[in-house]
Amino acid sequence: MADDIRTLSARLAQDPHSLAFLELGELLRRKGQIDAAHRVALAGLGRHPHNANAHDLYARILADKRDYERAFDEWDMALRIAPKHLGALKGLAFLYFKVGDIAQAEAHLAAAQRAVPDDPGIAQALAMVRGAGTPGLDDIAATVAPPAPHAGALEAPAPPERAEAGTDAGPAETADQRLEEAAVFAALDGGQEGLLLVGEAGLVVGGALRDPAGRDVGEAVAAYLGGVAQEAARTAKRLDLGEWTGLSVEGRVAHVHVCRPRSDALLAIVRDRAMPLGRLAVIAERAAHAARRWLERQA
Amino acid sequence: MNGYGAVLERITRVPGVRGAMLVSVRDGLMVSDQLVEGLKGAAVAALAASLAQRVSRALAAAGAGAPAFWHLHASDGGILAVTAPEDLLVVAITAPDVNAGLVRLELLRAAEAVA
Repeated sequence: MADDIRTLSARLAQDPHSLAFLELGELLRRKGQIDAAHRVALAGLGRHPHNANAHDLYARILADKRDYERAFDEWDMALRIAPKHLGALKGLAFLYFKVGDIAQAEAHLAAAQRAVPDDPGIAQALAMVRGAGTPGLDDIAATVAPPAPHAGALEAPAPPERAEAGTDAGPAETADQRLEEAAVFAALDGGQEGLLLVGEAGLVVGGALRDPAGRDVGEAVAAYLGGVAQEAARTAKRLDLGEWTGLSVEGRVAHVHVCRPRSDALLAIVRDRAMPLGRLAVIAERAAHAARRWLERQA
Repeated sequence: MNGYGAVLERITRVPGVRGAMLVSVRDGLMVSDQLVEGLKGAAVAALAASLAQRVSRALAAAGAGAPAFWHLHASDGGILAVTAPEDLLVVAITAPDVNAGLVRLELLRAAEAVA
């Protein structure tokens, strides 16, 4: 394995646009070098943002880091690019199972089985989900563990309908919302980083934020965001732009979107530069809906 | 029209852009502008510079690096800005239904031209 890693690293150094990053990232991940795998996947994704396998690889690494919210986004993106992507279907099945949505876990596994009927791992996972309904998370995780990516095999020009993946669009949408809500709730409860809910006094209400060095910067950012919100409101009012609804910022290191789940709260989402600003805004708006419900529960 | 005026005029050709200007972030003063009637250049410059400074501080605190581009979304329009060398900011004031991607590209071009 070490030789393979050296060979792939050399190939990638020679040709940074090569798809060798897919294999290298997966090897590093399997070897437990998650941070190295993360760097490789992120760099590859930056060069191949429309490659479903790149999103799948990145999602698996994020899942290893227990960053399920982002893993969901990445697998969701992989499915939008390639609606029958096996790794993404299995990954989403795992996440649905994790939040207790057995029906959606089963639907995604069934779609995976339609895509690859002879995969014994999928059949086993389906049997577990359909059987007792209470298999251990580790069992199902091991059973549906996404396979190593095959370079370029599933790169496709993005048909938009997820229904092609074999799921009913209506219920799937509802289940997606439930999963997103669960992920946002977990993040606001402090389970994950990159999401910060700020009250009108510029104090942290939920979530957490760390800078690239790993320092907790939530409180400092919350305080500054309070000032940003005041200035944004003043600017919009003075220039007759109506009510300010959001602020997208492209930083040299990361992208940030700030929106207002309620008039007395701000929600900030920070993501790698690999995530397009427009997509971050869409995710932020969906997270804002969930944050509103989270705030209602805290009341 | 000075050299900056020609650069800014390209931005205002994008449908939905109500005006564009070059602002000094340090003192909040307008360097050059192409605004439709009714927009007060001095106010736009001061407000955009002040917002840019606050955004910079927030991003620095988050470890997100210096802001290269920002977009304030509002119900009746928006402000898009790209940082340029010499502590300058290229700003566009827009209607709500503008093609933000196109405006961003023109702002980036303008920032390069200013450099």
